[in-house]
Amino acid sequence: MRRLLLLLAFLPALAFAQDNMVTRDGVTLTPAQEARAEAIGDQLRCLVCQNESIEESNAKLAGQLRGIIRAQVKQGVPSKSIMHYMVQRYGIFVLLKPPISPLTWLLYASPILALLLGLGIFWLGRRRAAPPPPAPLSGTEAARLDELLKE
Amino acid sequence: MSPLRRRLLFGVPLALAVAGGEGFYLILRRMQANDYDPHTLPSPLIGKRPPVFSLPGIHGQPGFANTDLLAPPKPMLVNWFASWCLPCQEEAAMLDQLAKRGIPIWGIAYEDKPADLAAYLKANGNPYQCLASDESGLTAINWGVYGVPETYFIDKTGIVRWRYAGALTKEVVARDLNPLLAKYS
Repeated sequence: MRRLLLLLAFLPALAFAQDNMVTRDGVTLTPAQEARAEAIGDQLRCLVCQNESIEESNAKLAGQLRGIIRAQVKQGVPSKSIMHYMVQRYGIFVLLKPPISPLTWLLYASPILALLLGLGIFWLGRRRAAPPPPAPLSGTEAARLDELLKE
Repeated sequence: MSPLRRRLLFGVPLALAVAGGEGFYLILRRMQANDYDPHTLPSPLIGKRPPVFSLPGIHGQPGFANTDLLAPPKPMLVNWFASWCLPCQEEAAMLDQLAKRGIPIWGIAYEDKPADLAAYLKANGNPYQCLASDESGLTAINWGVYGVPETYFIDKTGIVRWRYAGALTKEVVARDLNPLLAKYS
């Protein structure tokens, strides 16, 4: 009897836990697990509609990849390993934020290069704008200046 | 600064704009000539063997596994296709031609039903020496397939040397496949 009462007391809590579980793409996860799965999916490009993340995409392949991510999250696979799984199959193009590598150096350096170019042009322009220093006064000019100053 | 240098300096942004415009023009012209598709991805499988898999055949025929691709007697093609895919029908004639040239082509049907497949092969011809079916599409994910058709070139040591996403055309065969066949046969 006491056991039954105890069970009854916990029923609402159990129901609450059930309500909070999220089922997506065939995998049921806790809210924390679902948040981790979404964070991973947000960083991955859908290969079919290439400007969407796989979380946003309606493509069938994106749904399958979301299912794979969720199944791995459920097994406790670290996020980094799940990303690696995707890169192994589809290459670094699958990452919406490409890593810094020889292939992307120019891409990441471009703002700095543009700034340097702009500064260079600015510096050269300023150097040109500055008037050249006046030539030293000749003997007659100096005499005339003295005269003028005396007046 | 001399006037000449000043004029050169003004030419720098102009030269950059011209170079950029030229680049865009080349890309667009190549896209128009079907010579370049910005959506195609390089395959991470290049230089490696296909991943572990074992797929069933169709209508009681044996399928095949990655172990069957380890040392083909001749360089071969693995062609991913589906009966529901229109570009696959477009390239069917080209696959037939390649098969007639003696190039072994093995087919993997992607997310397809046996009945649809039988009808498709009857209508479009069957260039495949071996056929396997990936109904779930999970093997395709391990290969990095992101659409059909996709064609993989495997050399005699079982290494993937080339992947083409899209229908094989005369131009693609002449530009990419023929040199590969000459190099690896």
